[in-house]
Amino acid sequence: MPTAIDPPKNRVWWKDPVDKVEITWIVLALIWCLIMFFMMPYWHVYGKQNLSNEAYRSTPELFSRKTQEMVDKYTVRTETDQKIPVVHPPAGSDVYLIARLWQWWPLVELEAGKSYRLHLMSMDWLHGFSLQPENINIQVHPGYEHVLTVTPTKEGTYSIVCNEYCGINHHTMTSKLYVVK
Amino acid sequence: MAINRMFRTCPSTGLQFHQPAEALIRWNAVAAVVSLLVGGILGLLVVLTRWPALHLLPADAFYQALTAHGLNMLVFWIIFFEMAVLYFAASTLLRCRLATPHMAWLGFWLMVAGALLNNYAVWRGDSSVMFTSYAPMGAHPTFYLGLILFAVGALIGCFVFLGTLAVAKAEKTYVGSVPLVTFGALTACIIAIFTIASGAIILIPTFLWSVGLVGYIDSLMYRTVWWAFGHSSQQINVSAHVAVWYAIAAIVFGARPMNEKVSRGAFLLYILFLQLASAHHLLADPGLTSNWKIFNTSYAFYLAVLASMVHGFTVPGAIELAQREKGYTKGLFEWLRKAPWGNPVFSGMFISLVGFGFLGGISGVVLGTEQLNLLMHNTFYVPGHFHATVVVGTTLAFMALTYFLIPVLFRRELAFPKLAQWQPYVFGIGMSVFSLFMMGAGTLGVPRRHWDMTMAGNLLPHEWPGTAYLMVGLMALAGILAIVGGAIYILVTVWSVFFGKRIETPDFKRVSARDGAAPAPQPVAVSLTGHGSAGHMAAPGTFVLAMVLLVSFVLYYFVNWRYLSSVWPLS
Repeated sequence: MPTAIDPPKNRVWWKDPVDKVEITWIVLALIWCLIMFFMMPYWHVYGKQNLSNEAYRSTPELFSRKTQEMVDKYTVRTETDQKIPVVHPPAGSDVYLIARLWQWWPLVELEAGKSYRLHLMSMDWLHGFSLQPENINIQVHPGYEHVLTVTPTKEGTYSIVCNEYCGINHHTMTSKLYVVK
Repeated sequence: MAINRMFRTCPSTGLQFHQPAEALIRWNAVAAVVSLLVGGILGLLVVLTRWPALHLLPADAFYQALTAHGLNMLVFWIIFFEMAVLYFAASTLLRCRLATPHMAWLGFWLMVAGALLNNYAVWRGDSSVMFTSYAPMGAHPTFYLGLILFAVGALIGCFVFLGTLAVAKAEKTYVGSVPLVTFGALTACIIAIFTIASGAIILIPTFLWSVGLVGYIDSLMYRTVWWAFGHSSQQINVSAHVAVWYAIAAIVFGARPMNEKVSRGAFLLYILFLQLASAHHLLADPGLTSNWKIFNTSYAFYLAVLASMVHGFTVPGAIELAQREKGYTKGLFEWLRKAPWGNPVFSGMFISLVGFGFLGGISGVVLGTEQLNLLMHNTFYVPGHFHATVVVGTTLAFMALTYFLIPVLFRRELAFPKLAQWQPYVFGIGMSVFSLFMMGAGTLGVPRRHWDMTMAGNLLPHEWPGTAYLMVGLMALAGILAIVGGAIYILVTVWSVFFGKRIETPDFKRVSARDGAAPAPQPVAVSLTGHGSAGHMAAPGTFVLAMVLLVSFVLYYFVNWRYLSSVWPLS
């Protein structure tokens, strides 16, 4: 009898009947595949966690300028020896976060339950925005300004870790995000 | 120039080897095992560094080792072995001569040169850009050039494979359609050609950029095209190792496909839809719409996932049928209990099948779901997933096949048979547990490609929960176990090939293809026969196993949605 390493016995093998057990499995698997497919559009309508489609081409100069304007307006204090500004922008406003070798700039303070338009962009290589312990992970590109509407739910101190390899000091690229009342 | 028509018949299996094809299969397999050895040593260094308790290498050496580990394993080991599989599936299974052996050798040496050049670039220290080599981070020109040479060599191998199919057809060395395993290899070959074309589209401009002839590489364009190469190159492996599963089921059990149409149809779905999966890597990127992401990452309605679910059913199903025909009919699982668990060819293949399905398949679909990806993108979950698919799935399947090929191809007895018997268990279980803890750490957010998870000395460090440290520690221990399993494989194969006891073949003869190497044409049955047996289920045990898979899949999938619904609203 021919096995899988021999040519099929019947020349017209595509007319061989398919066993019931195979058909049953294929139908079950197909139904499951369709359910998985419809989950994604479904979540866009009824779910609350979706990545935004809003993104613009930008340049490091333009993005730095907008970030600097925000920092000038809303800085409430500075932290660490490097005097990194901490900004506390009003609810609903645009918040800019720069990713660059090997730093997130500036530090951001948000209010729980309020929504913000978070703008992410890299100044140089690819970086990864990883918000811990919430575990939200987003790719950050140079030249692409990604705009997300985020609503922090719980107050606390969160960390931002870079999770896209960006060179030798990749592991030092960490920052904080504060959520206050 | 005369065409080489020298054939050898293997006395134990009846397989026929064409001399140049045999030499190419051997050399490709040897190059593969050498790459595996290099990649394995580097893998050990990577594991010992990621383990916070040891933290062996300094940062620069770690990223260097990680880059070389990825390239030697994912590219060189696997593709060299796949070339051997292609030549075997074409020339040996169709009992025909290999087309253009000289071109095949050119392809082989280009691949060797490319692999050496690429390793040299990483060894220099200025090309620690990872397997993905994301622009605008740049590597030394020899890094890209090595990959391009390797790809050109592999492309030549693909065309030699296609040429051999044409030769077999023209010289009528088989009757009817090509065997299912050859069909699976053809699927791998077609995906490989698409993959290499995508690689050329992105690597050639990046090479020109690295030498200063191109001014700018857009990061999003790079990632989009690169993954058409990067992910598809792993889809070649899926097709190839599924073909190997079918081959081993046939070799060990004499199992015949449950239904040719179903199995071939599933391979066809791979060709049509598998490449869309490259969009999985772009789910967290800006500048691509949700519509684009949903359509592509679902492989157009998950039709390629369906294909894998079909193969995952029909391979054990074929084994069950063959076993039941031999009389192992008691209960649901006597066929499985009485399987040759001490034969590494079978145990390796079966662990590969289960690991690929349960760990690799389920995690891959969850990782590739548009919104769920937010929870795992670039965390340890990603290497956890692909160590389950590529290492437990592909590498272990190839290891299992090697134990069959050593006596057949190298005419040597397997050295250390006891060790060989244990090897698939040590490697398969070690690697499965390793993947599982990696995914666990990823679920807690631990990033991949990260030198120091303790974040010591950082200005604003992050404290990981104790569970994350526990997971990474257990991951490292399981990783070391898997590396021991890999070392046993290398010991057994190298020792067998060089010092194993020779198998003498008294009836060894080389014959000309025209003088009877072609098999006697089989009588062609006109009547329709198959397993179709009205009334009872042909493979009830397999059906139960498949339902266990489906239920685990459904539960795990919705657990992740539940987890997602608890994170910050985002739009």
